[in-house]
Amino acid sequence: MTTLQDPPVAVEASAAKAPRRFHALIGFGLAAVVLFALAPVALGDFRLGLLAKYLCLAIVAVGIGLAWGRGGMLTLGQGVFFGLGGYAMAMHLKLADAGPGELPDFMQLYGQLDALPWWWKPFANPAFALAATVLLPMLVAFLLGLLIFRRRVRGAYFAILSQALCAALAIFLIGQQGTTGGTNGLTDIQGFFGYDLNDPINRRMIYFIVAAALLAVLGVAWQLMRSRFGELLVAVRDGEERVRFLGYDPANVKLVAYVVAAGMAGLAGALFVPAVGIISPAMIGVVPSIEFVIGVAVGGRASLIGPALGAIAVAWAKTALSEKLPSAWTYFEGLLFILPVVFLPGGLASLAMYLRRRRSTSTEVTS
Amino acid sequence: MFRIRGRRSATIVATVAALAALTACGAKTDDSSSASAAGATIDTSGSSIKVGLLNSLSGTMAISEVTVRDSLKLAIEEINAGGGVLGKQIEPVSEDGASDWPTFAEKSQKLISQDKVAAVFGCWTSASRKAVKPVFEKNKSLLFYPVQYEGLEQSPYIFYTGATTNQQIVPGLDYLKAQGKTSLYLVGSDYVFPRTANKIIKAYAEANGMKVLGEDYAPLGSTEFSTIANKVKAAGASAIFNTLNGDSNVAFFKEYKSAGLTAEKMPVVSVSIAEEEVKSIGTQYLAGQLTAWNYYQTTEGAANEKFVKAYKAKYGADKPTSDPMEAAYTSVYLWKAMVEKAGSFDVEKVKAAAAAGGITYDAPEGKVTVDGPTQHIYKTARIGKVGDDGLIKEVWNSGEPIKPDPYLKGYSWATGLS
Repeated sequence: MTTLQDPPVAVEASAAKAPRRFHALIGFGLAAVVLFALAPVALGDFRLGLLAKYLCLAIVAVGIGLAWGRGGMLTLGQGVFFGLGGYAMAMHLKLADAGPGELPDFMQLYGQLDALPWWWKPFANPAFALAATVLLPMLVAFLLGLLIFRRRVRGAYFAILSQALCAALAIFLIGQQGTTGGTNGLTDIQGFFGYDLNDPINRRMIYFIVAAALLAVLGVAWQLMRSRFGELLVAVRDGEERVRFLGYDPANVKLVAYVVAAGMAGLAGALFVPAVGIISPAMIGVVPSIEFVIGVAVGGRASLIGPALGAIAVAWAKTALSEKLPSAWTYFEGLLFILPVVFLPGGLASLAMYLRRRRSTSTEVTS
Repeated sequence: MFRIRGRRSATIVATVAALAALTACGAKTDDSSSASAAGATIDTSGSSIKVGLLNSLSGTMAISEVTVRDSLKLAIEEINAGGGVLGKQIEPVSEDGASDWPTFAEKSQKLISQDKVAAVFGCWTSASRKAVKPVFEKNKSLLFYPVQYEGLEQSPYIFYTGATTNQQIVPGLDYLKAQGKTSLYLVGSDYVFPRTANKIIKAYAEANGMKVLGEDYAPLGSTEFSTIANKVKAAGASAIFNTLNGDSNVAFFKEYKSAGLTAEKMPVVSVSIAEEEVKSIGTQYLAGQLTAWNYYQTTEGAANEKFVKAYKAKYGADKPTSDPMEAAYTSVYLWKAMVEKAGSFDVEKVKAAAAAGGITYDAPEGKVTVDGPTQHIYKTARIGKVGDDGLIKEVWNSGEPIKPDPYLKGYSWATGLS
């Protein structure tokens, strides 16, 4: 895509961008301090483990923020990519637990298999499995996106298609109980590349990996949003036909955002497995895919940090409410989804923008 | 611009380096010492002892699991009124599993490490049990699982107070065989229990000269059964073995009836329909059909009369009692018996007390005994027929409690199954 290369930056533009870049750096620094220094000190092992789970969901949210918030593609099917990443990781870890030449426990129970199915075999290789967690979802998204965006499928049709794909993958996994674990999914994972997951120190390590991955993903999204590609993406969202008349191919622009979002969801799925210890069709179906999007909507879909914060906030609220009110928490959770949509359409992130706007007007007055 | 970019990449490098340092000091391989986290700590300091109740109070499973939670609470209240366990009152901590398997894992971890409970009671679906099993094993903490299930499991930290397959499915098949049924049609929801149960049924049928004419699975919660009903009718089996769950049964039995099938022509044996479900499906669709369980509300005996009376007094006269509720109620009393025999709430001591044998309880279903080696319990199998009043009447029972055999080791036809 030669059209996406950086043009020579105008002096005014870079001058205007410099303070924003400075703010972003501060933001990243703050996030790093909170994630790497404050949280591990303030939280016990159990709460830190939960935070690792929330951060996985935040990684998915960052991708959705890019595809939906910036690109206008309502990706109601991120569960598929999350699941592909999760299963790729879990398959490797199950094989590693079983040891060379042995079948994973559930295959012996339900599968009555003599040998490993051929499509399991490559996952015994750690490098292949690690690469597959991100590349496999990206490949699927690429092929799918090629078909969808070239044919100019948009809006509700795109959302319905994403959902159908989720349901299809979940049904497939449930049906193949002998080789996929069925509704139980892949569970009882003991080790992570030679490290015992039962050891609290290693579980802390998993948290740090997830936190670092979130920061990295935020960095990628930030770079993409600020690049000329990011501006094109917003342009495609706001006026696809106009962009086409300007000589760009909107299909390519959308495809890149869609594939990147899928890769992020895959990465999140892969990290979810050691952090939570299970991946099952219940996490890749229609409902969890919608829940991913709800977190993004609550946080504010168009901003960089909003989707991540929204996902964390929603997941945290779910835990906190259900601990306090085990039999009535679902009502409050519903309320939590309704209130931001009605009173804060831009999500939690618009609060920050609102404050920033107020501050910038006040500084203008003083200067 | 380039200088700023350089600075940024420097921060990224610094972050990565810091991260590497952090992970490096967290590194500790498992190979040198397999021992990990020590056993769960139980808070025995106060005048009460906490136990966890882990059931789905929201989501698709709530309708069934809430009744289990209610009977657990009833048992706890009764025990507290009688002076508690080892002089301590039981304090239940309720958590919502939300019909979601990772949530079950999260909440069980919370009960163990935050609330420091002595034991957890709950879970319904096999998927939720499989999700929490590593949590209980990792923390060396106890789970009491009260629902009949597909067997092929024996965790050292789970006590199974519901039936395993040789206490429910195999007796159901024995009953059909004794009735002269020679062919079966299998209908089930698409998840682990029906698929595993049907594998066992097929092995049994092959060894006992019965034919399996068809096998169909519907997604959980599915209500489209006209195709399946027509296939069942066309196959002309002499009985149907039904492992459908929840709402799907309503749709299935309606289609079954409209296809012109009746309990006389082609009876259905169900293993997931208890009194509560009969009420919601509608007695008119189920009257005359068979069920396989270990307990019915109508089961005779003073212990059951007392249980039914207490339950109705607490939760309402229209509320039926069912097998999983009874197994849950029983599980609390069994835990109490083990703790009292051990003289301690300590998990390993409680397990040792159970392993030594002789833990019994006069349950509503009759006298039950914990089988030390498998941590399952001896249960009497009962085949029942749904009556016009919506209650299930026993038509056959195994005469004595059957020894649990989760891996079906005692059955020659089942050798290839596990």
